[in-house]
Amino acid sequence: MLNATPKDQIERTGLTINPAKTCQPIGAMYAALGINKCLPHSHGSQGCCSFHRMHLTRHYRDPIIASTSSFTEGSCVFGGKSNLTQGLTNIFSIYNPDVVAINTTCLSETIGDDVGEIVRDAKVPEGKTVIYASTPSYQGSHITGFSNMCKSMVSQLAVKEEDKANGKINIFPGFVEPSDMKEIKRIAKELKIEFIMYPDTSEVVNTPNTGKYEMYPSGGTTIADIKDSGNSIATLALGSYASQDAAFTLEKQCEVVPYVLKTPIGIKATDAMVMNLLELTGGSVSKELEIERGQLVDLMVDIHHHYHNKKVAIYGDPDIILALTEFVIDLGMVPKYVITGTPGKAFEKEIKEVLEAAEIKDCIVKIEGDLFGLHQMIKNDPVDMLIGNTYGKYIARAENIPLVRIGFPILDRVGHSFFPTVGYKGAMRLIEKISTAFLDKVDMECLEEDFELVM
Amino acid sequence: MPQNINKAVEKVLDAYPAKVMKNRKSHMVIRETEKIQEIDANTRTIPGIITNRGCAYAGCKGVVIGPIIDMVHIVHGPIGCAYYTWGTRRNKGKTREGGQNFLEYSFCTDLGESDIVFGGEKKLIKAIDEAVALFHPKAISISATCPVGLIGDDIHQVAKQATKEYGIPVLSFSCEGYKGVSQSAGHHIANNKLMSEVIGKNEAYEAKAYSINMLGEYNIGGDEWEISRVMNKIGYHVITSMTGNSVYDEIAAAHKADLNIVQCHRSINYIAEMIEKKYGLPWIKVNFIGIASMSKSLRDMAKYFGDEELINRTEQVIAEEIAEIEEDITHYKKMCEGKTAMLFVGGSRAHHYQGLLKELGMETILAGYQFGHRDDYEGRDVIPNIKLDADSRNIEEIKVEKDQDNYQLRISEEKYKQLQEEIPLGNYKGMISEMGDGTVVIDDLNHFETEQFVKALKPDMFGSGIKDKYMVQKMGVYSKQIHSYDYAGPYAGFRGAVNFARDIAAGMNTSAWKYIISPWKKEPIITGKMGVDQVC
Repeated sequence: MLNATPKDQIERTGLTINPAKTCQPIGAMYAALGINKCLPHSHGSQGCCSFHRMHLTRHYRDPIIASTSSFTEGSCVFGGKSNLTQGLTNIFSIYNPDVVAINTTCLSETIGDDVGEIVRDAKVPEGKTVIYASTPSYQGSHITGFSNMCKSMVSQLAVKEEDKANGKINIFPGFVEPSDMKEIKRIAKELKIEFIMYPDTSEVVNTPNTGKYEMYPSGGTTIADIKDSGNSIATLALGSYASQDAAFTLEKQCEVVPYVLKTPIGIKATDAMVMNLLELTGGSVSKELEIERGQLVDLMVDIHHHYHNKKVAIYGDPDIILALTEFVIDLGMVPKYVITGTPGKAFEKEIKEVLEAAEIKDCIVKIEGDLFGLHQMIKNDPVDMLIGNTYGKYIARAENIPLVRIGFPILDRVGHSFFPTVGYKGAMRLIEKISTAFLDKVDMECLEEDFELVM
Repeated sequence: MPQNINKAVEKVLDAYPAKVMKNRKSHMVIRETEKIQEIDANTRTIPGIITNRGCAYAGCKGVVIGPIIDMVHIVHGPIGCAYYTWGTRRNKGKTREGGQNFLEYSFCTDLGESDIVFGGEKKLIKAIDEAVALFHPKAISISATCPVGLIGDDIHQVAKQATKEYGIPVLSFSCEGYKGVSQSAGHHIANNKLMSEVIGKNEAYEAKAYSINMLGEYNIGGDEWEISRVMNKIGYHVITSMTGNSVYDEIAAAHKADLNIVQCHRSINYIAEMIEKKYGLPWIKVNFIGIASMSKSLRDMAKYFGDEELINRTEQVIAEEIAEIEEDITHYKKMCEGKTAMLFVGGSRAHHYQGLLKELGMETILAGYQFGHRDDYEGRDVIPNIKLDADSRNIEEIKVEKDQDNYQLRISEEKYKQLQEEIPLGNYKGMISEMGDGTVVIDDLNHFETEQFVKALKPDMFGSGIKDKYMVQKMGVYSKQIHSYDYAGPYAGFRGAVNFARDIAAGMNTSAWKYIISPWKKEPIITGKMGVDQVC
């Protein structure tokens, strides 16, 4: 496995090998699926759209529907206006969505199509909505694409109306799973908070099998709610990379106060979210939530010896791995490598704060890193565990290190998108996953005389 | 045979706007076996129609070039294209002794904004430097993605320079995603380069008797290994497959074989034709999916060589292999018998699997390709009548000449003519000719049509790809992936037929289908309120 990877590292400035990110439009497509009765549309050549649908489908094992402008070489010369105009006509007459959310690709961005202008010129049927986000693949990553689409939802839909204050809190959940969005909503309900969450992919990419195919499942945030988010008290932006641009845009546009928090993974980040919500609404914590939190602490105490002082490599998307790093430190583990493919200096600063607070010194943090680089580092200085998406399985096998699958995408295991990793419940699930991974390895590899019934 | 097929087609077409209706109508054929029927294919995709098609980059790097295991395949572009072709197509490969294997890797120049503005050539040169320093690969490929053509990076010049500098072949492919109308353009682009720069370059290779190349076989789930197992047993020597489980040096020796066998006509027929012209090495169309097709293909090959011992050995191996699987096939046939299937797969499998389904007692009532051309549907005889349209005209056609030193007629012209009567020598009859009356053939089937036809024709199985799979299964119909085999395989050859039969028998008969309607919707609950939804 990965036999060509040498131990000796060279500095690379040209070649990315086994990336820890993908490109913008897939994030925008995922965000768009979080709008009720929305069809994502990819303005580029059709290969992108197929790849993005394929990848989301493999992660969720659910239908992921999106349309494309299907550029030809001619469109590259003359611009993609007629493709998009025709596309919109066909979409509304054949597929009848309430909303079309357009993202762009490196193709339409390089030729400089003005999508806003094309949409303004297009005949959009009465009562239908078209929004668009610029998502050039040569900037940032899929997280940037998600953020850009969320920003467009705000800038093109949210309005502040006089005397229409709704008393609600907006929650921007970030690039997390449908199960995570559902869990965040449940916590908000436990706190008796009125809220608007978007995007919300729960009940969209994890639909039941009823024998009837629904092209537009019941889930997703309605356009009315997104519009109304301009009348809310405040916005909780969970995960700065995925959510803060949208929250700041909403502040500028509608004067809704933004609070940027970490993705609520682990006890500390969940506490912060709960406290923030309580401060905003003056409510109190339900008995149920109180018990859950106590159960989590109990679990942390009970099995701290499973993970104490274990060295771990974490890779993936910045918002997720930032909170995850903080949590594994709380469990007593030592983050050794923290790698994201997504560019941005903010992460470096935030993760340093987390590491410094825990007095962890020799953790290597790499922005715009890749899994080839991570593997080389591990070859030189190994770890006890990998935490990240499916692509880490090659390193896990090559170096015989247990892998805990968290993040996007998970292509080789099922069921993951039904269970949260956020909140107190999610933290308990993480503990179960992490300690099971360690203990399974001990069971398989320890000497027979050391084999234990109770662990 | 489905009775309501005309109505279903009409209903679908009626739902379209006039322009779309006219276009889509020409891509559908209801079979009348006594007629010669035409279908429109390989034309541009209708924007917004929700096609299943991919792009030229996928056809070139993803399909043809990517499977060559000992090359470093550098994708020149932003990260997505490299990322999505990393391990997603199951073209397996085994490292040769002392050789290299890069299938577990994804290489990319990961262009950023400044590269788009100032050009990406420098970064590409750097990437090649780094690839050589890290891996010392046998050869390198460069695949262009959408923006590369637009910003004017000269990847061919970079490749030339790198070849000179490092003394290894560096192949460059202008397979920008917008070229042509589908993956098909990418196949053609890849074929051209393999022909002009790789095939024929390995002069040192010493071919054995009965040497063949397996063209258009990508070793999905180990298909090529299973076919080769049988080939070796009979006494053939497979020089190379193109390109599943292939290595550079073996492809470069392809001209040393005596026969090319073509599995996927769409993706590799260009090379089959060009090798014949340049080296005098004929090809036959084979099909290794299904017991009858596999047996027939083996017999056709034996006939081509005409050697008594080989013919006897072929019969012996066929008998042995069938004896080994007979019991299993009979068992699974009982579970499949009488059921119907719809097939919608890339450019060849929608035809290849029909025979196997028939052997399991199943009928294919609808079939279509994403990106087949008219010859894949109607047979190669129509090639002179195919008009290239504006969207495909810019795909380069290369001409090859007889290679003066290496051209060698493998069989006399006379024998060639005589064999053509008996075996598909240099010919392919296409999918339509083998489909029954009243079945329907649809090109570039889209999301709307998939839903409508599944509803109207209620097949027991829908064989297609990952993007369709789950929507079809939500309708209560088993959907089998015929691209990735749902992570199973091999499906080719005799043992592959059993694997396939087992998997679809399980898929159509799994208990879960019985539970789709919850009991409280089937039976009224006596003590509760009588509020039962009507479920269709």
